[in-house]
Amino acid sequence: MLIKTLIAGFGGQGVLSMGLNLAEAAMLEGKNVTYLPAYGAEVRGGTANCTVAISDDEIASPVASSPEFVVAMNQPSAVKFQHHIQSGGLFFLNSSLVEVEILRGDIEIVRVAANKIAEELGSPKAANMVMLGALTRKSGLVELASMIETLKRIMGAKKKLVDVNEKALKTGYDLF
Amino acid sequence: MDGNSAIGEAAIRAGCRCYFGYPITPQNELTEYMAMHLSRKKGCAFVQAESELAAINMVYGASLVGARAMTSSSSPGISLKQEGISYLAACELPAVIVNMQRGGPGLGSISAAQSDYFQATRGGGHGDYRTIVLGPSSVQELADLTMRAFELADKYKIPVIILGDGVLGQMMEPVEFKKEAPAELPIRENSLRGATGRPSKIVKTFTSNPSELEEINWSLFRRYTLIKKQETTCETFMVDDARLVVIAFGIAARIAKGAIKTARAEGLKIGLLRPITLWPFPEEQVKEVAKTTGQFLVFEMNMGQMIEDVQLALAGQGEVAFYGRPGGVIPAPSEVARVITRLYYQKGLK
Repeated sequence: MLIKTLIAGFGGQGVLSMGLNLAEAAMLEGKNVTYLPAYGAEVRGGTANCTVAISDDEIASPVASSPEFVVAMNQPSAVKFQHHIQSGGLFFLNSSLVEVEILRGDIEIVRVAANKIAEELGSPKAANMVMLGALTRKSGLVELASMIETLKRIMGAKKKLVDVNEKALKTGYDLF
Repeated sequence: MDGNSAIGEAAIRAGCRCYFGYPITPQNELTEYMAMHLSRKKGCAFVQAESELAAINMVYGASLVGARAMTSSSSPGISLKQEGISYLAACELPAVIVNMQRGGPGLGSISAAQSDYFQATRGGGHGDYRTIVLGPSSVQELADLTMRAFELADKYKIPVIILGDGVLGQMMEPVEFKKEAPAELPIRENSLRGATGRPSKIVKTFTSNPSELEEINWSLFRRYTLIKKQETTCETFMVDDARLVVIAFGIAARIAKGAIKTARAEGLKIGLLRPITLWPFPEEQVKEVAKTTGQFLVFEMNMGQMIEDVQLALAGQGEVAFYGRPGGVIPAPSEVARVITRLYYQKGLK
């Protein structure tokens, strides 16, 4: 089965790292996977997004026109992508920053106050990891253990960094 | 790993000693990778040139002295390199040139397209010459074909073009690097490495004697004929019982394959032929498929370029339809599935 996830937010929120983490975790689990960042004249504070496709079969296109899962880390992404989600899909909203009314009745909305939770954990920059934890739990795309292993692979020897991110990831995971 | 970086790693493993580049989206990760990794290797050179023209002429110089050399760019930048590519072809010098295509004409867009097929497969610059053109369709194939490109370039003393696109360059996929070239590659006989103990050699592209130049052209074309015979490759997928065969290359072929699987699941007999060498074009393989299939659909992310090679190969046999999306639009597999399904029923193949 082919499942596509689109993660969007402000440049600097770590939306591309979220996608990269997810893609590498799927790779560790031996799945077919593609990761495609939206590139261009993106700058810090501008919008950025990436698409991760995970499948048991070969993946025809890394682009998602109607993804099963969408993560909106900020308001503009929530406005832009709410109409792209496949019917029956999950819409993850960073409720710390998203206020827009969601017009779709055929999707499940998962609200995560990612910034607030990260601040409470004492690491406001790890809001993306809180959301990634929630995504891992609710989507069932990959195991939490694979996510943690990926974190360690990406962050390498920086133990303090791994600990902060792992804590945020687990907190998000345990919300549901 | 992203496609651009995968080319960089494969090139280094293939024994690429020199890389010369000039920035342009969507291939900058390749320049970045080479800056990071090649510049640290002993006996290797990385230069961010002052222009595309300078970069290709640096490749010209590096190749002259016998080094495996590479440059990369995207569509508008590749146009600027054409003069140098023509000179490389004239001097029978190997080189690897990567074109991560974007929408055109002009400065175009930064999104993936396949609009440089004509430019790549017809030589591109002035004069009567060809370059080998490889059309990868995954990050793994970008790596594999980069290694093959260096081997082909040396074997036939010819510039080889890797014709990728913005999506292939930017996307990440798992990739395995298969082998590494020997640390010491054999020294090419025509390379200029100092004339101590031998008469001096001159490598040039100009001759005032037309019959001398005619002989050079003949010699090039004899080699091109040999390349056609020995190096033409393509992939076929479910063509044996197909009533309709889609012909597509690169990222478009990958999208088409997904569409074909959908159509197959609904009982439609559709197959895929994917040229891997775009020049030489797999004419014989297309003719072979035409023995059992009468209906073709060429699908490209341009307004119809490779279709001309398909029509030349078929020489009036069978019927050829076309579907294209130009400008940097990346069609979904479901869109292509609708196109092939409609054609299948329109032609009464069900």
